[in-house]
Amino acid sequence: MQITLQKAFIKINKEQCKGCTLCIETCPVDVLKISDKFNSRGYHYAEYVGDGCTGCGVCFYACPEPGAITVYKRGAVVDEEILTLN
Amino acid sequence: MATTILKKPGTFYEVFTRKPDADKINTHYCPGCGHGKLHKLIAEAIEDFGIQDRVIIINPVGCSVFLYYYFDTGHIQVAHGRAPAVATGIKRVHPHSIVISYQGDGDLAAIGGNEILHAANRGEHITVFFVNNAIYGMTGGQMAPTTLPGMKTTTTPRGRDIRNEGYPLKMAELIATLDAPVYVERVALTDAKNMARARKAVRKAIQIQMENKGFAFVEALSACPTGWGMNPPDAEKWINEVMTKYFPLGVFKDISDKVEPVKFEKKVLSPEEIKKAIGVDGETLTMKKYQRNIVAEKYKNPKIKVAGFGGQGILLLGLVLAQAGMLEEYNVSWLPSYGPEMRGGTANCHVNISEFEIASPLVSIPTALIVMNRPSLEKFEPTVKSGGLIIYDNSLIDIEPSRKDVEVIPVPATKIADDIGSTKVANMVMLGAYIGYTGILTKESVFDALDIVVKRKELNELNRRAIEAGIEYVM
Ligand SMILES: Cc1ncc(C[n+]2csc(CCOP(=O)(O)OP(=O)(O)O)c2C)c(N)n1
Ligand code: SF4
Ligand code: SF4
Ligand code: SF4
Repeated sequence: MQITLQKAFIKINKEQCKGCTLCIETCPVDVLKISDKFNSRGYHYAEYVGDGCTGCGVCFYACPEPGAITVYKRGAVVDEEILTLN
Repeated sequence: MATTILKKPGTFYEVFTRKPDADKINTHYCPGCGHGKLHKLIAEAIEDFGIQDRVIIINPVGCSVFLYYYFDTGHIQVAHGRAPAVATGIKRVHPHSIVISYQGDGDLAAIGGNEILHAANRGEHITVFFVNNAIYGMTGGQMAPTTLPGMKTTTTPRGRDIRNEGYPLKMAELIATLDAPVYVERVALTDAKNMARARKAVRKAIQIQMENKGFAFVEALSACPTGWGMNPPDAEKWINEVMTKYFPLGVFKDISDKVEPVKFEKKVLSPEEIKKAIGVDGETLTMKKYQRNIVAEKYKNPKIKVAGFGGQGILLLGLVLAQAGMLEEYNVSWLPSYGPEMRGGTANCHVNISEFEIASPLVSIPTALIVMNRPSLEKFEPTVKSGGLIIYDNSLIDIEPSRKDVEVIPVPATKIADDIGSTKVANMVMLGAYIGYTGILTKESVFDALDIVVKRKELNELNRRAIEAGIEYVM
């Protein structure tokens, strides 16, 4: 089912993250952190702490990897399952 | 409506199947590399502008040599520094394409310094993205023309010394002094503010080309954490705090509001116009069908080398063979190879006439050697394939080939030519002897080929007589 997002959030594809930390450095509200787990290529990946993202999009452009970060802004119309899939 | 989801731009391949390694999801760049940030801005702009099918990206030599792994657009990978020249050629032939030259500082400012200045100065209608990371990334961190004074690299271990290595080249400033460029800006691929500026500049530089306004150049200060030995956030801080002192950000030239867009006419020539343009009259190109001879197995699909003095018409001999082969609908190739001295020196050419596709136009082991002077006989006799054929002008060559494993046909071509009117047509006597002896081409197709190839048609009367004399001699 399609829903309209009331709250912005981001998703980080951990396998596409190289742990460069540029997104963490740039997030104006400090809601990203480096995981203590690492992905299959050995990089500690970035994680969204789960709350507080304003959807400003700054991390998207800070990230050098094509598909590591997806930003969902408030008002985006998405499949409901986006919220649960990780 | 503003975009509500920021995701991997559709200009990127979903899966990077062109990458040879097992990982088809991630780029080959180091963590925190500025190339990836610029890729994303370019990919996003291409998608937003709906021009993906028109874009051709010129891939440089450097860390970004594999752009074609990632962008689902047209590509051509070129020699180091030559992207602006190739971009020029492509844009001029396909003015409706959007041609993007993407280059590093070693590529653009060192080995390709000359190319970029001239492309900019000609005002080519291309978009250039110049990644300035102050270093040669790919080859392991050597000094680039953009390396900062005092900066340590593998080739300036004590730091760049301006008395020895000169000053960093400020490419944006340099290009902005030229008359033709329309838009020149320097941006930095760093913090949020600078990324927003960079994004705007990338879009503008592409738009200028879409509007046919001319040459656009964006220099992007870009982190090379690996080459600089820094972590990515520190590398970006270093750009902001140190690099921008030497390479100030900003617009150095922008006349995009003032220039008149060029109108590129898509000119499609009619067959008649094409024939006229290449200088053949309508009749010779009609779909005349040529009957091929039945050729003995050993003379089929010959790899021919024609060799002699410059001025003997060696190249023409080869050209007529190839042209006649083409009329008979063989696959053909003709590759001239000049001695350093055109006239008086030696000349040779390589000709293939084949029922099959021709893998290489080079003939290094000929099956037929047509040779008109002694130095060429001495040089090429050893290269002839065993069981092959040597036809030589024995009125000029005072030795005999010594090979016993090849067929040898002496033809006094110069003497025969002299007898019928001019030594100049000795090449045609040789040609006649070759086709007469092997049957590889018909006299009819060779005569028609002559009319296509020879500009001064009045000479062909004599040429035809010479060919006939050659045929007669070997019959
Ligand atoms: C004709 C030629 N000369 C030299 C090289 C070696 N080479 C490969 S990449 C490179 C420099 C690349 O540096 P840059 O253009 O700054 O790109 P980066 O790797 O930093 O992105 C050099 C000198 C080459 N491939 N071809
Ligand atoms: S979109 Fe903005 S607020 Fe949200 S995580 Fe990214 S940088 Fe932080
Ligand atoms: S910027 Fe991208 S690659 Fe770097 S840590 Fe964040 S998500 Fe990972
Ligand atoms: S060496 Fe430098 S420019 Fe090359 S991929 Fe690594 S960080 Fe990027």
